[in-house]
Amino acid sequence: MSDPKDFVAVVDSDVRKTPRRIAFITKRTSPQVHVKDEERVMTYPEVFFRTAVAIEVLTILLVIISLRWNAPLEGLADPMHTPNPAKAPWYFLGLQELLHYFPPVVAGVLIPGLVVMALIVIPYFNINVEAEGLWLRDKAKRLRIFGIVVVLFCIFLAVFDVWVALVPTLIVAAFMLLAAQTPPQTTRGFRGWLASKPLSFWIMTWFLFELVVLTAIGTFFRGPGWSWVWPWRT
Amino acid sequence: MANTLDRLVDQVRENRIWRSIFRSGSGESNLRRSLFVQQNVFLHLFSVKARKRTLEFSATWYLGALTFGTFLILVITGILLMLYYHPSVPQAYADMKDLQFVVSSGVFLRNLHRWSAHAMVFLVFAHMFKVFYRGAYRPPREFNWVIGVVLLLMTLLLSYTGYLLPWDQLAFWAVTVGSNIASAVPVIGAKMRFLMLGGTAVNANALLRFYVLHCVVLPLAAIVFIAIHFWRIRKDGGIYPGESPAEGGAK
Repeated sequence: MSDPKDFVAVVDSDVRKTPRRIAFITKRTSPQVHVKDEERVMTYPEVFFRTAVAIEVLTILLVIISLRWNAPLEGLADPMHTPNPAKAPWYFLGLQELLHYFPPVVAGVLIPGLVVMALIVIPYFNINVEAEGLWLRDKAKRLRIFGIVVVLFCIFLAVFDVWVALVPTLIVAAFMLLAAQTPPQTTRGFRGWLASKPLSFWIMTWFLFELVVLTAIGTFFRGPGWSWVWPWRT
Repeated sequence: MANTLDRLVDQVRENRIWRSIFRSGSGESNLRRSLFVQQNVFLHLFSVKARKRTLEFSATWYLGALTFGTFLILVITGILLMLYYHPSVPQAYADMKDLQFVVSSGVFLRNLHRWSAHAMVFLVFAHMFKVFYRGAYRPPREFNWVIGVVLLLMTLLLSYTGYLLPWDQLAFWAVTVGSNIASAVPVIGAKMRFLMLGGTAVNANALLRFYVLHCVVLPLAAIVFIAIHFWRIRKDGGIYPGESPAEGGAK
């Protein structure tokens, strides 16, 4: 506060709605303070009431499900008789599917470890915070890097026979190329929407796609000896 | 009739004993509504006011609230289930059969706990992706995102430790598969697995450890992190309102 020119003083005079306040807006203040006064509601009762209704609806839904379908219970645990296939809980079946292709240290430790690390660091990279469309700048250079990364990654997946992960990768890559081919002045419609998407969006969407596909395959398409089965034929 | 009721409620609220517990008093003023939130040890995690925009269904799909809802259901049904459960072999499995055939509404209780657990895992993931696609992780909310990732891992661990407790074939082999993955960690893998199971295989010791983790350690830790998660919403300026023309310098 040594330099008096570094801030502007604002007096909010709407005393009936808010107490009088004086805001000092320095040049380094985060962009949030630029928000105009907008309509606010009291947390009690408005927010609590809405939340309670949402939770009640969910509870009713879960009660109906619980009355209709019973939780599975198999025979007493027997270390001598391994069921075939022995499956982990559904949310780990994506990992178990990967264990089928990679050694345990890769599929069970390295990949989940990297996923958690990647999730944690998302908000700490400015590229994710600014969230600029991936192809809006340095398009030629970025296309080259993108091409090399995708080709190397696909070769890697093919070497390990991970076709189930290769297909979602290629689909997401195709959409990224479609976004790259969109003329920069396009801002409307599906293609304009695609073109505005930053790198973090593409990586997260790819991750979500892989997560859903691998979990679904592990849950529904794997039978004895982790062989491929069609769920409608059993 | 409604007036009499209102007056009765007001009288209770103005009562000296009531006022000694809840200081917000009676009346419909915004001051009282603010005090209701501010002067309550649990509710003061939340801000007194919220942007109306953030309450739209499309803003959050209420996924965080719903996740918390499943957590509440799980705590309540979990405590009731604990009344009928012994974490020992093979009594644990016999208790499942008792829940099925002896305890009143035992099947319903177990069903509700299990389906809510699945719902919670699903909702935590949905909440995370919704927050990501809205860009709500951006500063100043970045640390709350990290706490969210911690809560995701805790939810998975809670679900995983609970998976063993019925002590049936499904439970035993699912946990065996999972614990074998832990032993793949370089150097300390086998030691980690031993620590986790209390032995070299999934046995009675493992059941007891999973029971303690599932019913005491992880729920308490989760409650602490949930409290921080909620409190940080207030500290970081409320629920992310999204980008709007009103936000001049947001981009």
